[in-house]
Formats: sequence, C-alpha cells, structure tokens
Amino acid sequence: MTSEFLGLDPKTVLLMGPLLAGTLCLLVPRISALVGLLGTITSVGGAVGLLAAVANDGPITTQLAGWTPPLGIALYADGLSVFMIAMTALIGAAVGLFSVGAWGMFATANDTATRLSGRTYFWPLWMMLLAGLNALYLTTDIFNLFVTLEIIGLTAVALTALAGSRTSLHAALRYLIMGLVGSLLILLGVDYLYSAFGRVDMSGLHVGEAPVPATIALLIVLAGLAIKAAVFPLHFWMPDAHSSATAPASAILSALVVKAALYMAMRLWLILAPDTQALPVLFGMMGAGAILFGSFQAFRTRRLKMLVAYSTVAQVGLITLVFATTGTIDAETAWRGAVYLMLAHAIAKAAMFLAAGRLIDELGHDRIAGLRRLPNSAKPAAFAFGIAAVSLIGLPPSAGFVGKWLLLEGMITGQIWVLVAVVMLSTVLSTAYMMRVVGRFLRREATPTDQSDASGYWRLGDGVAIGLALGALFLGLGSAQPLALIEIGMPMPAAALTETAVPELTDGADS
Amino acid sequence: MTEQLVPLAILFTSLAIAPFILMLPERAVGLRTGINLTAAVVKLALVVWLTYGVINGQTFAAQLTVLPGLDFILRIDALSVLFLALSALLWLLTTIYAIGYLEAGQHRSRFFGFFSLCVAATVGIAMSGNLFTFLIFFEVLTLATYPLVVHRGTADALRAGRIYLAYTLGGGIALTLGVVWLHTLTGAFVFTPQGVLGVLPETHAATLKVIFALLIAGVGVKAALVPFHTWLPVSMVAPAPVSALLHAVAVVKAGAFGIMRIVYDVYGVEATQSLNLALPLAAAAAATILYGSFRALTQDDLKSRLAFSTVSQVSYIALGVALISPVAATGGLVHLIHQGIMKITLFLCAGNFAEGYGIKKISQMNGLGKLMPVSMAFFTIAALGMIGVPPLAGFVSKWYLGAGALDAGQPWVILILLGSSALNAAYFLPILYRAWFLPVSDQTADPVRPIGWMLLAPPAATAMLVICAGIFANAPFSPLSWTHFIVSLEYQ
Repeated sequence: MTSEFLGLDPKTVLLMGPLLAGTLCLLVPRISALVGLLGTITSVGGAVGLLAAVANDGPITTQLAGWTPPLGIALYADGLSVFMIAMTALIGAAVGLFSVGAWGMFATANDTATRLSGRTYFWPLWMMLLAGLNALYLTTDIFNLFVTLEIIGLTAVALTALAGSRTSLHAALRYLIMGLVGSLLILLGVDYLYSAFGRVDMSGLHVGEAPVPATIALLIVLAGLAIKAAVFPLHFWMPDAHSSATAPASAILSALVVKAALYMAMRLWLILAPDTQALPVLFGMMGAGAILFGSFQAFRTRRLKMLVAYSTVAQVGLITLVFATTGTIDAETAWRGAVYLMLAHAIAKAAMFLAAGRLIDELGHDRIAGLRRLPNSAKPAAFAFGIAAVSLIGLPPSAGFVGKWLLLEGMITGQIWVLVAVVMLSTVLSTAYMMRVVGRFLRREATPTDQSDASGYWRLGDGVAIGLALGALFLGLGSAQPLALIEIGMPMPAAALTETAVPELTDGADS
Repeated sequence: MTEQLVPLAILFTSLAIAPFILMLPERAVGLRTGINLTAAVVKLALVVWLTYGVINGQTFAAQLTVLPGLDFILRIDALSVLFLALSALLWLLTTIYAIGYLEAGQHRSRFFGFFSLCVAATVGIAMSGNLFTFLIFFEVLTLATYPLVVHRGTADALRAGRIYLAYTLGGGIALTLGVVWLHTLTGAFVFTPQGVLGVLPETHAATLKVIFALLIAGVGVKAALVPFHTWLPVSMVAPAPVSALLHAVAVVKAGAFGIMRIVYDVYGVEATQSLNLALPLAAAAAATILYGSFRALTQDDLKSRLAFSTVSQVSYIALGVALISPVAATGGLVHLIHQGIMKITLFLCAGNFAEGYGIKKISQMNGLGKLMPVSMAFFTIAALGMIGVPPLAGFVSKWYLGAGALDAGQPWVILILLGSSALNAAYFLPILYRAWFLPVSDQTADPVRPIGWMLLAPPAATAMLVICAGIFANAPFSPLSWTHFIVSLEYQ
C-alpha cells in the first residue's frame, strides 16, 4: 500500500479535509450533515493511509514549503501520532453516525428546533475540532502546539454550549475561562522553552541538554495541559461541561479532547525527560487524588451523565499515574500501558456517553434512581452502557484490561508498590460506582415488563453505542498490532533516566 | 486443522449463541429452546470426540498473540477434559431443566443468553492453556453469572448480587495482581505438569509465597474457601437451575479447578512442597470442610443447607490437591466430578420441591416422599452419596482421600474426614427421615404445579450417574480412571 490516498498525501487529507468540509458546512447549512459525514469519512481514509505508510516505512517527516527546522515548520508522524489519529478518526466516525441518527441528515417535515440546531452547528464545529486534533498529532513544533490547542479548546467550548441549556452555557463559560488560563500557561511555557533552547521544533529540545529553566518551562506547560486534560485538582471545570453537553459532544469531549492534552503532556515529558524526582511524585499524587476524588463524586452524584463525567476524572488519574513510573526499570511497559489505556478509555467512554444519551432520550430524565423502569426501547442502550462499564473497570478481555495489565507489569517490575495499590484500588472504586447504574438495569420492574418485541425500537444510535462498546471489550484480544504500532519511533523513557531512581516512591513497600 | 478448530468450536458453541439469544424476543420460545438444546448437544458431542482424540495422543490447541510475549491460548490436556466433560454434560441437563423451570418466567432471553455466556466462560477456563487466558475467562465468568444471580430482580436478589460481585471481583483483583506479578518473574509460560518455576523457588522464595497466597485467595473466593465463602449461601436466592450451575459446575468448580492448575501446572507439586505452601492450603481446606458442615447443621432453609454443604464439599477437592500424595490427589480430582453430579441432583430436586409444593424449608418437608416420591428418591440417592455411603460416588472420593492422607503421612486428615462424614449424615439424614417416615402435614398438601418430564429427567440422569460413578468406578471411562491418568502425569 502506498502512502498516497487517491493521489493525495494522507497528512494533507487529514488537515485539509476537515477544514474544507467545515467551511462548506458553514456556507451551505442545508447539507452540513452530509458534508460533515463525508469529512469524517475522508479523515478515516487519511488515517488508514498514514497508518499504512508509517507501519511500512517508519516515522515520516514532511517539510512544509521546503524550509527545514529550526526555521521552517515540519509535520511529523510516528507510531504514537498515527495511533492517536486513527483513534480520533474511528471515534469521530462513530459519533458522526450517531449524530446523523440523533439529528437527521437533511431537513424533514417534522423537524424540531433541536434537530435543526444540532445539524446546523454540530458539524462545522466538529470539523474544525477534527482539523485541530489531526494538526496537533502531526505537529512537531511547540508553537504550533499552542495554536492547535487553541483551535481545539475554542471549538470544544462551542460544542459544550451547543446544548443550549442554561447549565450548558454556564459550563461552557467556565470551560472557556479555564481553557484560556491553560492556554496562557502553555504560551508562557513555550516562550520559556524558546528562550532556553533557541528553537521551537521538538527535535531540537534534546534530552539531557535541558538547562534549568527548561524544567521550569516544562512544569508551566504541563500545568496548562493538566487544566485542559482535567487532571485532578485542575479538573473542576470538566464534570459540568461534559455532563451538560449533548451526547455526541460529550463523547467527543471526553474521548478525544481530553486525550489530546494528555498526549501532548506525555510527548513533551518523554522528550524533555525532566531530571527531577519531585515531578513524578507530584504526578503520582495527582493521579491518586483523581482516582479517589473522581470515584467518590461518581459514587455520590444523582445524575447519570455526571457519573460518567466524574468517571473520566478518575480514569484520567489512572493514566496520569504513569508519569510517576519515570526512572524505574520497566517504565517503558508502563508507558505502553498508559497509551493503551487512553485508547481503551476513549472508545469505552464514547460508547458510554452515547449510550447515556440514548437512555436519557428514551427515559426523558437522567436521574440514576429512576433507571429501574426501563422501557424496551431503552434496553439496547442499557446493554451498551453495561459493556462499556466492563472495559472502563478494566476487566478482561477488554482493552482497559490490557492497558492496566501493562501498567501494573511496569509498576511491579519497578517495585513501586504504592502505585500498584492505587491501581488496584481504582478497579474496586470504579466497579462500585458503575454498579450503581448497571445494578439498577437488572432490578425488577414494578409493573410487569411488556413482553413485546424489542427489536422494533432499535435506533441507529443504539447500534453505534453497542458497536463501540463491543469494540472496547474485544480490542483487548487484538492488542498486538496497536501496541506494535506505538513502538514505531516512540520516544520511550530515555535510557539515561533509568539510572536515576525515584527513591520516594520505591520505598513505599517498606513504609 | 481440527486440532485448532475443536477447542474454538467448543468455546463458540456457547459463546456465539449468547448474543443471539440475548436479542431474541421473549415470545420466541421455540427458537430459543431449539438453539439452546442444539448448542448443548453439539458441545457434548465435540467434547466426546475430543476425549477420544486426547486418548489417542492428539494435542488440541489454538492460540492468538495478544501482546508480545503474552498469548491467548486454548489447549486441551487431561485435566481440561475432566472439567470439560463435567460442564458439557451438566450444561445439557441444566438447560433442559431450566427450560422447564422458567416456562412462564420473565426475561427468559436475558437468562439463557447469560446462561450460555456462563458456560462459555466455564469451558474457557477448562481449556485455558496459561494463567493469562485463565484469568480472562475467570473474570468473564464472574460477569456472566451476576445477571443470573440477580435474575429475579428483587431487593434480596440484588443484595445477593452485590455481595457476590464484591467477593468475586475482589478475588479477581487479587488474582490479577498475582498473575501479573508472576508474569514479571517467569515471563510467558503455558501450564505444564510439574510446574514452570524452574530455579525460582531458590532465588525468589518469599516473593513466590506472596504470589501463591494472592493466586489461591483469588481462586479461593470462587471455591468458597473460608473466610471467602460468605457469598455462596447468600447467592442461593437465584433460581434453582442457576444454583445448580453455580454449585456443581460453573463458579465453585472454576475456583477448585484454579487451585489444581496453580498447584500442579504452575508451581508444581515439588515447589509447592519445598516452599511449605501445601500444609497451609490443606489446613485452610480442612477448616472449610468442618466449618461448612457445622453451619449446614443449623440451616432450616433447604437451599441454605445445601449451600453450606457445598462450601464443605468443594474443599475436599482442595484438600486432595494440597495433601501432596498421588492417592489423595486422585480423591480430590475425582471429587470435582462426583461432587458436581451429586450436588446438581440435590439442587434440581430442591427446585422441584419448591415448584411442586412451594416447599423451601426443611421443617415443611414432612412426608414429602409420599407427595413427590420420584424427586425425593433422586434426592435421597444424592444425599447418601454426599454422606459417603458405599457404593455411591461420594464414597469413592472419600476412600481415596483417606488413603491419601495416610500415604502423605497426615493422619489428622482422617479425623477431619470422619468428622465431616458424621456431620454430613447429621444434616442429611433428618431430611430423609422427615420426608419418608413422617406423615404429611396439613399445610403442604396442595400442589402448586405438576412437575413435568423436563424437571424430572435431568435429576434422574444425574442420580443414575451418582450410582454408576460409584459402582463402575474402575470401568475404562469412569471419572476415577481418568483421574488416575491425570495423576500419573502430575506425579512422575
């Protein structure tokens, strides 16, 4: 297979496709759903093309306009970027289908205002967001990183506000403000890095050459990224935003937008390899805090989508724990596990938000206590929710299980027992809050069930949610290829770092 | 080619039909019944074919690389066949029973869907070729059983479900930690008779002990080892076919089977002994045997009494494994089958009592032998087998366990066995006495519903097996002969 897709470079397709489609959506709103869906599908094609190219030839660098870094700007795709791009395309396609199911493809006679506004505004925003995400994964330049994060952040805020309710507008405003704070921090950090290294391309930020300000700069950038990735305790804007948005928007925000910031934090961390022991400990504590706090809130809340959103806080915390393995013997395995957990969480959480959206549609409310009397039309969504929960808890054979296995393996070999305990605890806690919902699905109805045929009630959205959930469940058995992919050119924890131990954490077993 | 296909086919006969049944509308009774029974018969036929293959030295295996160095392996060895045969046969019988039992029930598609999934997980456990695969099916089993336990959807059932999940998922976490930890020491391995540890017991003795404790605690929850047994008596709120499946085939047996795999094919008999792990395990099993029997004495609820009896009886298996002796091992392994056929008979009959006359308590069972002579006769056979009356199946197990205890130089075990048999008699004989010799009490005289052949044929078949497994213990394909074959591989 060539790296060309219909004679086009896949990177161009990934960047220009959504941009063009998004513009067309704005210009001709009547066909925005069709154009948006085509843009999404094009992006899948681009992702497949790039994936094949990178799998065959290794990392690919493209100089734009013939200028080489540090002067010019380069696009760079290695296994990890393609992994993220493919994940984005896959989930984007699923959410796109769901949106068509929810808001329709074209105007119909019985169009409601919700369907109309969903169709008109969701697609251009999603296209711009997709362009931003693809650009972020292809960038190798920290200034572009800032720009792409801005695009992602602003479109994400608009997607939150799309629901149009007071809560969602309020949440979007908070999201906007926190996003701006994050962006400012990132900009400040990027400036610092520029002054330390004299260049903005990541290939120039060499491990080991980092002068002291670079570590401070990294810390500032990481703080900004932590806000955008909703890492505890900087997550507070997120549950409201994710739970009040429309179902497709919630799915995109939690599955993709949060991951973009997390990905960047990982990449910068691995490239700059901070030569300090305080940062890993700090991240370990933030991760553990996220798991405890997020799970506690998920256990307490009365709202279904709030529970799903707080579960994201906890799950992001689980992934964040990997930063704390820096410097231990088998950190590499733990990193692979964390990357895989990102994928597992993205698919399962998208499935869960879509399923929650369908449940709310059918029930007309989102109170957890009211989940016991499910009409037949809500049962497929309940099934999807249950399967997604299995992967989020991390039970076999799901992708979440494989990710957790690798994370644990790295931590056990590195003898970081505190972290091992935290990971185990996270499984217990996530089971506890997920069972609040799943247990209710099985409760006997006060009125006898109508024994009629449930198959007549299936909606496109149910199929999408079930498909994603089953995908997350069985992806665990097909982990070999995706994991081989992220090895290609992956900036693994540098060998130099493995010599510096992390005493604070390794001593945990004795204390 | 068939070498790879047969294990997959055995797995898929129940795995593939599960989603299909789940989506069937409630009223498609004929189609659902047809699929269920066909799949169960096909699976049984496949297992028979495979058994012949294994006897003729064929190796059956299929594998898929999940991670570099981590494979999903289905592999059949002699021990797998033991568990496979039990699950395939009892699945067919329980399915027939469940179809009759749930004739007018709710959510039958959901029930049979998860029922199939449950059996898929059980045969998956039987065929797992390494700990990683075992862990996958072990957890799938937990998840697939949960909707069955809470099937009735009442507050009690949901409470039982929560307790069940808390215990089994807790065990799952211990097991996961143990498996990952062991993997970091040994790398990838497949189950191998006499163990895979090599020189590790000399270099990593302390770590291996901790891992062993984690692994055994993990599978011990399902095997209902004291103090991890609480979920089992609570779960008896489930419908009768589920209880039968839980107690005889799927869950507790998966735990007992896990103990066998860990001791024989991961640690190996030698390392288990040299690391001083055998005696603590034997002590835990012995404690469970006595504790379960004592608790069974005071239960008036029939299913509760049977549940505590399971707690006790399943630990015979663990005890046989832990007494490092080929003779005791024979007794333990063969009890996997014997306890299965006896306990399933008891639970199916208990279900018939509840369906036929609404009788759930032992104090209501006066004269039941006159009202339901057929079911009560099967119940009696199985109960006598449990006590260990010759020539029934239970006697064979206990005989080998006792002889094995002497062989292993642990004569105290004889006292445990005698004590337990006395207790077995003390909690089963009063039931038989009430049913056969006391007059029918006035309140119980009205039948609730007639008991059809679908509710009678399965316990009839298993009661026959209880007799045959005892009388024909030395026949070529009896459970005992097969067990001899397995033991000869583990103790070379």
